[in-house]
Amino acid sequence: MFGRYFSPRTDPCPGNSGSGNKKIFQEFSLIKRRIPFNKFYIRFLRTCLNTVIFVPGNIMSAPRENFLQLLEKIPAFPESVHRILVLTSDIDCPSKDLVEVVRHDPIFTLKILKVVNSPLFGLVQKITSIDQACVYVGVNTIKNIALGLASIGALPGKNKAGFSMNDFWLHSLGVGTVAWKLGEALHVPPSEVGDYFAAGLLHDVGKVVFALHMSEEFKQALDNSAKNGHALYEAEREIIGTTHADMGAMLAKKWSLPENLTACIAGHHDSDVAERPMIQDCVFAANQVGKRLKYGFAGNLKEEDLPQSLLDRFSMGLDEIIESMPDLDEEMENAKVFIQL
Amino acid sequence: MKAKFWGTRGSLPAPGPDTVKYGGNTTCIEVRTDDGDLVILDAGTGIRPLGLELARSMPVSCSIFISHTHWDHIHGLPFFVPLFVPGNEITIYGATDPVSMKTIKEIFAEQMEYRHFPVRSTELKSNIQYGNLKEGQTIEIGSAKLKTIVMNHTVLTFGSKIEHNGKSLFFSGDHEPFFNIYPADDKYYDDYEKLIQEKHKGIIDFIKGVDALILDSQYTDEEYPLKKGWGHSTFDRCVDMAKEAQVKNVYLTHHEMTRTDKEMDQILESLREKNKDEDLNIFIAFEGQTIEI
Repeated sequence: MFGRYFSPRTDPCPGNSGSGNKKIFQEFSLIKRRIPFNKFYIRFLRTCLNTVIFVPGNIMSAPRENFLQLLEKIPAFPESVHRILVLTSDIDCPSKDLVEVVRHDPIFTLKILKVVNSPLFGLVQKITSIDQACVYVGVNTIKNIALGLASIGALPGKNKAGFSMNDFWLHSLGVGTVAWKLGEALHVPPSEVGDYFAAGLLHDVGKVVFALHMSEEFKQALDNSAKNGHALYEAEREIIGTTHADMGAMLAKKWSLPENLTACIAGHHDSDVAERPMIQDCVFAANQVGKRLKYGFAGNLKEEDLPQSLLDRFSMGLDEIIESMPDLDEEMENAKVFIQL
Repeated sequence: MKAKFWGTRGSLPAPGPDTVKYGGNTTCIEVRTDDGDLVILDAGTGIRPLGLELARSMPVSCSIFISHTHWDHIHGLPFFVPLFVPGNEITIYGATDPVSMKTIKEIFAEQMEYRHFPVRSTELKSNIQYGNLKEGQTIEIGSAKLKTIVMNHTVLTFGSKIEHNGKSLFFSGDHEPFFNIYPADDKYYDDYEKLIQEKHKGIIDFIKGVDALILDSQYTDEEYPLKKGWGHSTFDRCVDMAKEAQVKNVYLTHHEMTRTDKEMDQILESLREKNKDEDLNIFIAFEGQTIEI
């Protein structure tokens, strides 16, 4: 069936990532102009995406690789990029200031974790947080990786999906902060609690991919979710054929991020699980706290019920969890000042 | 196993009347296993005289391990004569650069580009192989083993431990003791401290009980505050590290380029005096020094 739509003339199997991926999406656009937007198109698009992106090892693996290469070029948030460029222009820039910028930006965090966890370096330990990356490969290496990432530009302020990147960023920071505090409350060792922040910060990163590279479909998912009151991931599954959680997890897996982070990204909407690692519970709960307290907005208003296993772990419900962290607003205000929203 | 220092200076060669005793060439250590296999640790300017000596009994077969690609650890490499001679078998190991993602082969090729050097790496006549260094790797050199660990420097740096016939030697490359980047009252301080301690312990465990410990001791404790974050240790911190790792022989190297022979003698005397009750032999490495392990 696939061959009917991707003839040899238009087959999106380019040798080079950038132009090739443009071709993929131009091809989608061309087809959309040819085919009226109806159920047939939706089914077609879903089939394409499932086949092109998500089925490993088949004849379409080349476009899948190209799509992933396109994602390498996602830039970080403008405020972070600006700060990195300013900080790195000063030879006496305090390491901690630079690390703070990187730690608070999901794109910088994701990409630095990708680099340091690359099998090329074979680090004995999987690197799960920016602080750990600094200790392991050195602050100067992190600084220079960040500078390299900053030099590719900044995320555009607007996208065709109408998805507010600043609100998304604040939501990510909120979930990271709450997950970190929940980890502390559950007596997670100091050396691991940074993972909780990183996991919360990165849990929705798949949405950035959708907003930048599937903006029309993502906009429709956002609209449908808002109109029908359904969870955004359900609308994504219906329209795009996959969810931001799957997309983020695919990135994390492809980039050899630690399994606990990948699992948090993949499962942050899974409420029907009997039992899961503490970090995943914390990110799930933190996501609901973030939505309840309106820490930013990432396109999904719908709160999800805390599963019984999670209630058992915390020995309390969402309201009590929020009450147990009276300094949360202050933490978020600090974060807002930091990212200059 | 035997080791010989061909270069002990850090940062930049420092020839002149004040460095005659400890040497002016930058880092290079020759290690010969009991079976005669040759390992060369780093390719500072010390590798040039080593290459001249090796050229007297070619063909040469050796493995060169580049701890990191800062100039003082690679700038002798284009002058290593065995690279130019057919029939020599040379393997160059080094890490991929995490910033540019270039391999050691690409980095070496760039070092020998037209604008830097008259001969390109592809014109070299010896048979050169390249190996990507990873942490936790064990590389077999004849019946000896070389194991790697990531150190703390301003660029990705690998320390190497060579084991053969029950004896072992460790070379740190450049290394600075870990320090906390947060002030003590910062909320991240404790978490970072824990990570530091874990990583430091990992290194101590790795080097525990080696027969010869070769460490970067570029600065004095008095100089260090102004050099913090530059990626190097001090004489005293290296001695502490040796004691913590229960090592009997520590060789201090990567000498600050402005350090004179006279100053070095005084430092050695002071170190030995301070640690006279310890079961530890302290040496300041000098060019031409040979170690029997």
